[in-house]
Amino acid sequence: MNSTPTFAVRTKDVAKSFHDGVAETPVLRGTQFDARLGEMMLLVGPSGCGKTTLLSIIAGTLAADAGEIEVMGQRIDQMSTAAVTKFRSTQLGFIFQQFNLIPTISVAENVSVPLLIAGMSSRKAEDRARELLTRVGLGDRANTRPGRLSGGQQQRVAIARALVHNPPLIICDEPTSALDSENGRQVMEILRSIAGDPGRCVVIVTHDNRTYRFADRMAEMEDGVIQRVLNSPAEIAEAYGAAVVH
Amino acid sequence: MLRLALKMLFGDHAKYLMLISGITFATLLMTQGAALFCGIMSWTYSPLRNIRADIWVADPQVSQVNDSKPMRDIELQRVRSVDGVAWASELYQGGNQARMLEGGFKFVTVVGLDPTTLAGAPTEITEGRLDDLRLPNSVILDEFGVSLFSDLIGRPIKVGDAFEINDKEARLVAICKSQRSFTGAPFVFTTYDRVTAYSPGQRKQLSFILAEPVAGKSAEEVARQIERETGLKAFTQSELLWSTVIWFIKNTGIPINIGLIVFIGLVVGIAISGQTFYSFLLENSRNLAALKAMGASNATLCAMVVLQSLAVGFIGLGIGLGLVSMMGRLVLRLNKVPFLMLWQIPVAAAVAVLFICTLAALLGIVRIVRLEPAAVFR
Repeated sequence: MNSTPTFAVRTKDVAKSFHDGVAETPVLRGTQFDARLGEMMLLVGPSGCGKTTLLSIIAGTLAADAGEIEVMGQRIDQMSTAAVTKFRSTQLGFIFQQFNLIPTISVAENVSVPLLIAGMSSRKAEDRARELLTRVGLGDRANTRPGRLSGGQQQRVAIARALVHNPPLIICDEPTSALDSENGRQVMEILRSIAGDPGRCVVIVTHDNRTYRFADRMAEMEDGVIQRVLNSPAEIAEAYGAAVVH
Repeated sequence: MLRLALKMLFGDHAKYLMLISGITFATLLMTQGAALFCGIMSWTYSPLRNIRADIWVADPQVSQVNDSKPMRDIELQRVRSVDGVAWASELYQGGNQARMLEGGFKFVTVVGLDPTTLAGAPTEITEGRLDDLRLPNSVILDEFGVSLFSDLIGRPIKVGDAFEINDKEARLVAICKSQRSFTGAPFVFTTYDRVTAYSPGQRKQLSFILAEPVAGKSAEEVARQIERETGLKAFTQSELLWSTVIWFIKNTGIPINIGLIVFIGLVVGIAISGQTFYSFLLENSRNLAALKAMGASNATLCAMVVLQSLAVGFIGLGIGLGLVSMMGRLVLRLNKVPFLMLWQIPVAAAVAVLFICTLAALLGIVRIVRLEPAAVFR
C-alpha cells in the first residue's frame, strides 16, 4: 500500500447521502473514480450530479458513508480525522473557485500558509512563497494585498499556494469559472505544466468546457455515478471537438 | 500560524477598531465606576484618615465615623482607667457654618482636639505651625477649605486671616492637607475647649474618645477590654473604617447605582465585543474552512481564535485603564470628584475582560469545531 503509487486517487463503491432532517438524498451511488500521477484529470457533469461531493471526499474534507478511498496509496477512509487533516497538509494542494485568499494579509503571506500549517518558520515560508510567486509571474506583487489583484492574478496566487509545500495531488474546484477567457487560459496553462510533472496529479472539477482541451483524461458524472471516462486527449477531442494543447 | 492570526485581526481595521472600542468602553465604565465607588467610600471614612488614632471609642449606638451621639465628658476618665490603655483623649466632631468677614458662608466640619496633647491633629501642615493652635481663637483649615473660602471672598485666604464660626472669631494659624469628606465640608481643626464656643450649646459634646494601647497589647485586644469595662463601643481604626463603609452600603443607594454602572460596562463589553468578534469569525469562516481544508487542525485554529480574542482584550483593557487613569489624574487635580483606584480594580477589570474574551473565544471555538472543511467547496 505504501509503495510508490501509480494511482494518485482511486475510489471504489463510494456512497454518500445528505440528510435534511426529514428526507435522505443520495448524492454518490457506488462511485468508481481514479486519477493517475503525471496527468490532469477532469471531473465534469451537470450541477448537482455529485462532482463537488466526490472531490470533497477525495480531499478528505468530507467522510463517505461507504466505499474505499485511496489517495497517494493511503486509505484515507480508514484514517482518524486528525490523521486525515495531517495527510491533507502534506499530500494535497487546493485551488478553490473563489480563490479563498485571506484579504488582510499580503500575497506572500497567503502563499506561505500551507508551510506555516506544516510548522515552518514564517521567514523561511515567505522566502519559499516568493519563489513560487516568481514562478507564476507575480514575484513583484508579493507584498500586495490580494484585493488589489485581478481575478486571474488571485487565482495564480492560489496556484502558488497550492504548490508551495510541494504536494503530489492538486485538487481544483472550478478554477476558471470566476475568470474571463484569457485569465482562464493562463491558469489552465499553469495547471497543465504542473500536471506534466510525473510525480504530480491535478484533479479538476469543472463546468467550463474551455478547459477540456488541457486535460489528459476526463470523467463524466451524472446522478452520482461516473457514466463515462475519456481516456486520452484524442477521445476528449473526439467527444467535445476540443483542440488538444499538449 | 499565531502571527498569521494577529495579522488577520489587525488587518481588518474596522472590526479591529470596533472590538478594541468595545473592550475599552467596557473597561472604562467598569473601572471608572469602581474607582468612583471606592472614592465615595473613601470620603465616607475621611475623618479616620485625617484624625489618626488606633482606637476610637463612641456611644454604643454609633456605627460609623460620621455618626455623632455625644457622650458625657466623664467617659474619658473611665476609658483612661481601663487596663491596657496608654492614653486617651477627647474629640469633638460636628458640623457648623463658617462665615467670612467679607460675607458668604460655608458648611464646615469642626474637629475639637485635646488642648494639651493635640492628639489626632492633622499630620501634614503645609503652612503655619500646629502649636499655634494653642493661641486664642485659633483654627487650622484644610487646603480644600482654603480653596473654597478663597473662591467665596474672591482672594486667596492665608494664615492670619479670620472668619467666624457661630459668631465667634476663628483665626487661621495653619493650613493642612486632609482627605475630602463625604458631605463636601472642609475640616476645621481647633481645640476641644474652644468647641464649646464654636458649636451650638448642648449638654454633651464628646463625640469620640481617641485612645492607644500600651506597648505589647494590640488595639483590638484593648478595644474589647474598653467595651467590657465601660459599656461603650470601641473600634480599632480598621473596624471603624469597615463599619462605616458597610453602613453606607446598607443605608444608601450608592452601591446599587454604581454597581449598575459596573454591570452595564460588563454587559456592553460582552454585547459589543462578543457580537463583533462573532461577526468577525462569520466573515472569516470561509477562510477558516480553507485553512482547515489545507490541513490546519482544530487545535491550531482554536489557538488562533483565542489569541485574537486575548489580543483584543488586553489592548482594549490597556487603553481603557490608561484613559481611566488620565481621567482620575484630572479629577483628582480638580479635587471635586471622588476617585480612588485601588490595585484590586484593574485586577478585577482584567478578570472581567478575560471573561468577555473567553466568551467571545468560546463562540469562535464552537464555530470552528463545527465548521466542515468541505464548506470551502460549496
